Amino acid sequence: MNEMPSQSALDPAGKGAEAIAQLFYVMTVGAVIIWTVVMGLALYAVVRPGQHNVKRTRSLVIGGGAVFPIVVLTSLLTYGLSLMPELQRPAPHGSQVVEVAGVRWWWRVVYRLPDGSRVETANEIHLPVGEPVEFKLTSEDVIHSFWIPSLGGKMDMMPGRENRLKLFPTKVGRYRGVCAEFCGTAHTQMTFEVVVESRSDFEIWLANLRSRSQTNTHDGHIVFLQRGCGACHTVRGTQADGSLGPDLTGFGRRRSIGATAMKNTPKNLARWIRSTHRVKPGVEMPAFESIGTDELDVLVDYLGTLQ
Amino acid sequence: MDEQAERLLKAWETPKGWRYWSAVNNSEVGLWYTLTAFAFLLFGGVLALIMRVQLAVPNNDWLSPDQYNQIFTMHGSVMMFLFAVPILEALAILLLPQMMGARDLPFPRLSAYGYWCFLIGGLFVCGSLFFGVGPRGGWFMYPPMTTEYHNDIGPDIWLLGLSFIEIASIAAAVELIVGVLKCRPPGMRLNLMPLYAWYVLVVAVMILFAFPPLIAGDVLMELERALDWPFFDVDRGGDPMLWQHLFWIFGHPEVYIVFLPSIALVAMIVPTFARTAIAGYSWVVLAAVGTGFLSFGLWVHHMFTTGLPGISIGIFSAASEAVAIPTGVQIFCFIATLLIGKVKNSVALMFVLAGLATFIIGGLTGVMVAIAPFDYQAHDTYFIVGHLHYVLVGGTIFPIVAGFYYYYPFVTGKQLSERMGTVAFWLMLVGFNVAFFPMHIAGLIGMPRRVYTYPSDMGFELPNLISSVGAAVLGFGFLVLLWDVIRPKGHQPLVRRNLWNAGTLEWSGEVPDKPWGIRSIPIISKRYPIWEQENLLADIDAGRFYLPDAEEGLRETLVTSTVDAQPVQCLRVPGPTFLTLFAAVFTGGIFIFSTYHWWIAAGVSSVLSFVTIITWLWTGTALIPEKDNKHVGLSLTLPTYVSGPRAVGWWAMFITMLGDMTAFISLVFGYFFYWTVHDTFPPSQFEGRVVAGPGLFWPLVSVGMGALTWFTVVFTRRLNRQDRPLAFYVWLCVAVALALGAASSLAWGPIGNEMDPTHHVYSAAVSVLVLWTVLHLMVGAVMLIYCAARRLAGRMDALHDADMVNVTLYWHFLALTIVITGLVISLFPLVA
Repeated sequence: MNEMPSQSALDPAGKGAEAIAQLFYVMTVGAVIIWTVVMGLALYAVVRPGQHNVKRTRSLVIGGGAVFPIVVLTSLLTYGLSLMPELQRPAPHGSQVVEVAGVRWWWRVVYRLPDGSRVETANEIHLPVGEPVEFKLTSEDVIHSFWIPSLGGKMDMMPGRENRLKLFPTKVGRYRGVCAEFCGTAHTQMTFEVVVESRSDFEIWLANLRSRSQTNTHDGHIVFLQRGCGACHTVRGTQADGSLGPDLTGFGRRRSIGATAMKNTPKNLARWIRSTHRVKPGVEMPAFESIGTDELDVLVDYLGTLQ
Repeated sequence: MDEQAERLLKAWETPKGWRYWSAVNNSEVGLWYTLTAFAFLLFGGVLALIMRVQLAVPNNDWLSPDQYNQIFTMHGSVMMFLFAVPILEALAILLLPQMMGARDLPFPRLSAYGYWCFLIGGLFVCGSLFFGVGPRGGWFMYPPMTTEYHNDIGPDIWLLGLSFIEIASIAAAVELIVGVLKCRPPGMRLNLMPLYAWYVLVVAVMILFAFPPLIAGDVLMELERALDWPFFDVDRGGDPMLWQHLFWIFGHPEVYIVFLPSIALVAMIVPTFARTAIAGYSWVVLAAVGTGFLSFGLWVHHMFTTGLPGISIGIFSAASEAVAIPTGVQIFCFIATLLIGKVKNSVALMFVLAGLATFIIGGLTGVMVAIAPFDYQAHDTYFIVGHLHYVLVGGTIFPIVAGFYYYYPFVTGKQLSERMGTVAFWLMLVGFNVAFFPMHIAGLIGMPRRVYTYPSDMGFELPNLISSVGAAVLGFGFLVLLWDVIRPKGHQPLVRRNLWNAGTLEWSGEVPDKPWGIRSIPIISKRYPIWEQENLLADIDAGRFYLPDAEEGLRETLVTSTVDAQPVQCLRVPGPTFLTLFAAVFTGGIFIFSTYHWWIAAGVSSVLSFVTIITWLWTGTALIPEKDNKHVGLSLTLPTYVSGPRAVGWWAMFITMLGDMTAFISLVFGYFFYWTVHDTFPPSQFEGRVVAGPGLFWPLVSVGMGALTWFTVVFTRRLNRQDRPLAFYVWLCVAVALALGAASSLAWGPIGNEMDPTHHVYSAAVSVLVLWTVLHLMVGAVMLIYCAARRLAGRMDALHDADMVNVTLYWHFLALTIVITGLVISLFPLVA
């Protein structure tokens, strides 16, 4: 099985992406035909010149240069822009709302629950299939852009503004999202995973994430606090309540580390903690180069237990 | 050679030895400009190849992300600011005078100054890369990343280095507009101009209105970086969207600014090889003008995904599609010309066809991305990288290469090799398409732009590897072209005169050509004079037209009326000087030293630059001629000195001030932009402190004094004309005093009310308007003092008053500036 989730706008798994992919195919066919005709005419003019009367060529200029484009472009605009109301319309009231903030260079993800409470996670977004989702997009520093090619178009995350985006996943699966707006050193590695699953799986995941009470008895938890990890990271139910970095509650179940920089395995995690900047140059988290192997092992083990 | 010709040759002689670099004539400056721009193209190309090496395989760590980010930033910036815009100005400086039978452009020293600025600024900006401190925020430099998160000097190098070059570009645009409007040969009415001149006119006007918004943006960003004025800082009311608007109001016309001049070359090459006049001359002109207009209404399509309301997205989507129509008209006019004529093939024409084939693909993908919903997916992906390179390489570079093959003999008297040209053609055409076509696919399968590497197993490997191979082939194509251009051609025979049998005036030169531009300036009555006017070349050679002689040993050319090209003046143009080079070095010093915050060096540089420029103006402009009228041949006598709208200097001032006003209006736009994005603007309180305004009193005093100054300046001009020196000096002093009074009272508004520009964006927006206006008032005062000195020194009198007339023109614009500034900052808060 292919390890990598899909990231293709041509392999749509959402209503927006489906409509746009179809638009693309229609336009491509039209473009190929127009290019062939115009270039055919140009080559013909070079190969068999000089036998054409001036009046007929004038009507070619008016017909080919002005009338034809006006007709084609008007119909294309009518078709293309007719997609916009649906793409722009907010998801109906009561739809799942997900708040995503772009932070250099990871994603803060917050689920608002019907009772008004919030559940925070990072770099992994779960969505129920077959229903619209409303994203509220913000930035905590520079301009980012939130893009899940398989599900639909992108939307910029502007500091000082809240943009919204509606997506409508139609197929269960794993997809990859990226930051599309150049945002600095680690822009390339500012990516995330999207898990589209059945409503019931989604509910389980969300309930699990929400109700998590952590074990504070693990030795690694002490290392975590002593090393100051809690200044930036939150593990709900513990003293660690920093918010500069990703919330690590439920980290053990995540598929990747460092906003999908690496697969989440104990070996990779150890490497991440020790040589953060080699894995993801530019990242804000300091590397813990001097951490002892024993300490590291117990820390990695602890993080793995955060289910 | 007869005596006349010898005198003429002596006057136009190119300086020898090391003094060669003091040349200012368009043929030398144009050549340097072209070669330098070509060198920057090669540099930008090398940067592109480095990127393709990095991207050839997945997970590559050959380059660090910061190195890669500097390289792609510089690739875009070099190609746009150091190649595409300069090459169009370079070719225009080189070709335009010859196409119009002019001996030179009206301000040769300005061209030379522009060239040296370009060279110095370009080397400075590119040099930063070798010290690892290059800008790394992309060629679009979006804040707040570039204002709050890049604390190195990279962004300052970009802002100051490129602003310096943008100012040089505007100078060249002024030169070209005046050149096209005032330096045509007698009889060449606007509708007889070569199409190239039309395109240059359109593009130069576009530069005049497109670059100032970017310069205004640069000013705002540099003020934020250097002085912490919070224009783009959302925490203090700023908004990064303003930068995007200003940048793309420049950035979209920019695309057409670099595309139209290349199409202009196509419009010259196609008729020559089709052996017939262009089909639909008026259609082409209308389409070019229409493209120019439309291009200013499209900028928002670069911002479709920023969360703008649907209605504006729809409008800009439609406007973006509309620009395809004039483009289509131009393409079909060229095809129609080929259909009508008898085509003779050549490498130049092959490159034109390659350009057409490539550009149409770029145009069609452009039509696709202008449909907003598709752009939601395609924006900021490799699809756009593919699209824009099809447009720019097809629309700009291939036609320029065609132009190289076409005009190389015009410059050197030797021909480029058609055989090597064919090899280069296939390498470039195939290499280009192999490199860039797969990018469309890479983008659609999800590859974003500006990534320094990509993961494996996602389908990105194959398109990227193919692209890298194609880029290498394209690079080889350029190497072949480069070798063909620089290989020694000592044994190669000179070409015959007008070797392509073209119909336009630039081909009237002998081979080898003489530095005088043209032996005598002909009367033109046809669009293709060499084809359609009998005996034209023989009459030119025999000196039977205008200005066949240089009796006084001075460089002279004709100035004609704007529409009908009736002769109005025999213009003396200045000859070689090192002043322009020095002026450029010192001006460059101001920008370069400021980048490093070496304020003393920058201060010294600005004094030196001021002194040099004043010396240049003093000794080289508005000189009182030894005689008022001169016989120019064909029993015509023309004045040697004119002032007011008949003079080229007046036009240059007028056009420059249009650009200056555009930058000012961009700043005013900023003020109102902040008003639209805030619920209360100006705010009364911010962060627990009262947000002070400039008050009503002092700004209004300043407006009053500014208006009085303007009256006094106009009055002083009259006193000078009436030859009343004493009254002239007295009232001039009054005007200077009033100007300084206006400046001080305007500055006192914010200062006296203790406005802190770093407090809130409102304070900053007011301060920047005040700063702009005060600086302009001070320059206006200096200009007045200059006029007094000129009169005292006997270099200006009642009849020869060009200086005073031009300064008055400056004051007309300045009056408008101060009124707008004063009223906006004092009265608008009352109604906001």
